[in-house]
Amino acid sequence: MNKITNNKAWFLVLPVFFIVAISAIIPLMTVVNYSVQDIFDPQTRFFVGTEWFEQVLSDRRLHDALIRQIVYTMSVLLIEVPLGIAVALTLPRKGWGVSASMVLLALPLLIPWNVVGTIWQIFGRADIGLGGYLINLMGIDYNYAQNSMDAWLTVLVMDVWHWTSLIVLLCYAGLRSIPDAYYQAAKIDGASRWAVFRFIQLPKMQSVLVIGVLLRFMDSFMIYTEPFVLTGGGPGNATTFLSQFLTRMAVGQFDLGPAAAFSLVYFLIILLVCWVFYTVVMNAGKQGEQ
Amino acid sequence: MAWMAWTPITAAFFSCIILMLIGMGIWQAVSPTVPRRGFLPLTTTRGDRLFISLLGAAYIHLGWMAFTDAALWIGSIIALAWLIIVMRWG
Repeated sequence: MNKITNNKAWFLVLPVFFIVAISAIIPLMTVVNYSVQDIFDPQTRFFVGTEWFEQVLSDRRLHDALIRQIVYTMSVLLIEVPLGIAVALTLPRKGWGVSASMVLLALPLLIPWNVVGTIWQIFGRADIGLGGYLINLMGIDYNYAQNSMDAWLTVLVMDVWHWTSLIVLLCYAGLRSIPDAYYQAAKIDGASRWAVFRFIQLPKMQSVLVIGVLLRFMDSFMIYTEPFVLTGGGPGNATTFLSQFLTRMAVGQFDLGPAAAFSLVYFLIILLVCWVFYTVVMNAGKQGEQ
Repeated sequence: MAWMAWTPITAAFFSCIILMLIGMGIWQAVSPTVPRRGFLPLTTTRGDRLFISLLGAAYIHLGWMAFTDAALWIGSIIALAWLIIVMRWG
């Protein structure tokens, strides 16, 4: 096979490279520099080697925040992905219902994070919020400001409300790209509804699902604004996730060195999980094609 | 560049990474990589193996600091060995 390659096309990537360099690589290099120094101000700084890393890695509060974060992210993925697929499968394929459901589904995505937090903060209150009032009316003692489990569930439900639409819209786009001929062939073969889903719809949704799961993983792993507005990380530290812990360290206590070291550990965790996930899914896709 | 708070060690670290990337670019131009399968459970190109080995090296250092009190340079030697093993047989 004679493949013509023109490497001049790489020059077209240069603008993106510069943007990424300024917005991501240079700040990341700065964080690495901060992580090995004790910085009081730009002129007064001392090299401390790996001291901050050792301190951060043995920090009990960080371990707790990491466990909370992992449980939270797993819960988000386990709920939002199957729910998103299920909703996408039930959406209409033609008629006015398509536009109506698209607009309805897109609404939560358009609301800014802090507004979502405020909405749920009021919605969950037992005295003035509809949700909190109704739950208490049913005889359940619900108070997200005092009970850890209630706070945790409220943050989780809020995330599901906010972001399941993203999975739905992505899956719906994947489903719409399946030609009718596939369904007709399945009908002729007498395939069951499950077989159609398993062998036609799911493989066709795979690439968009990868993007969806990755986006939801990264977003939920870095979640900050919504729980901050809703619960402020409380009660106690029940909903203090990694980014809030980091912000408290960097901005609240102004511990720039430990915060930088912790940011790098955080970054490495996200990098590893994303890479493993992407590799596994892409390899599974290749094996499926063979 | 003062705002980036450079230190000689971090400057050397990033210089090594940049040199490594330039070296890989030249190597690729001179002899393009052929995807292959070694002891890692996936088919990898040379760039993939460099990424895996660097990420692994970072985790070896973190693990060393988290679980042992021994000198970090021992962890660095293990990380270097890991890098060579992955690049050669990965």
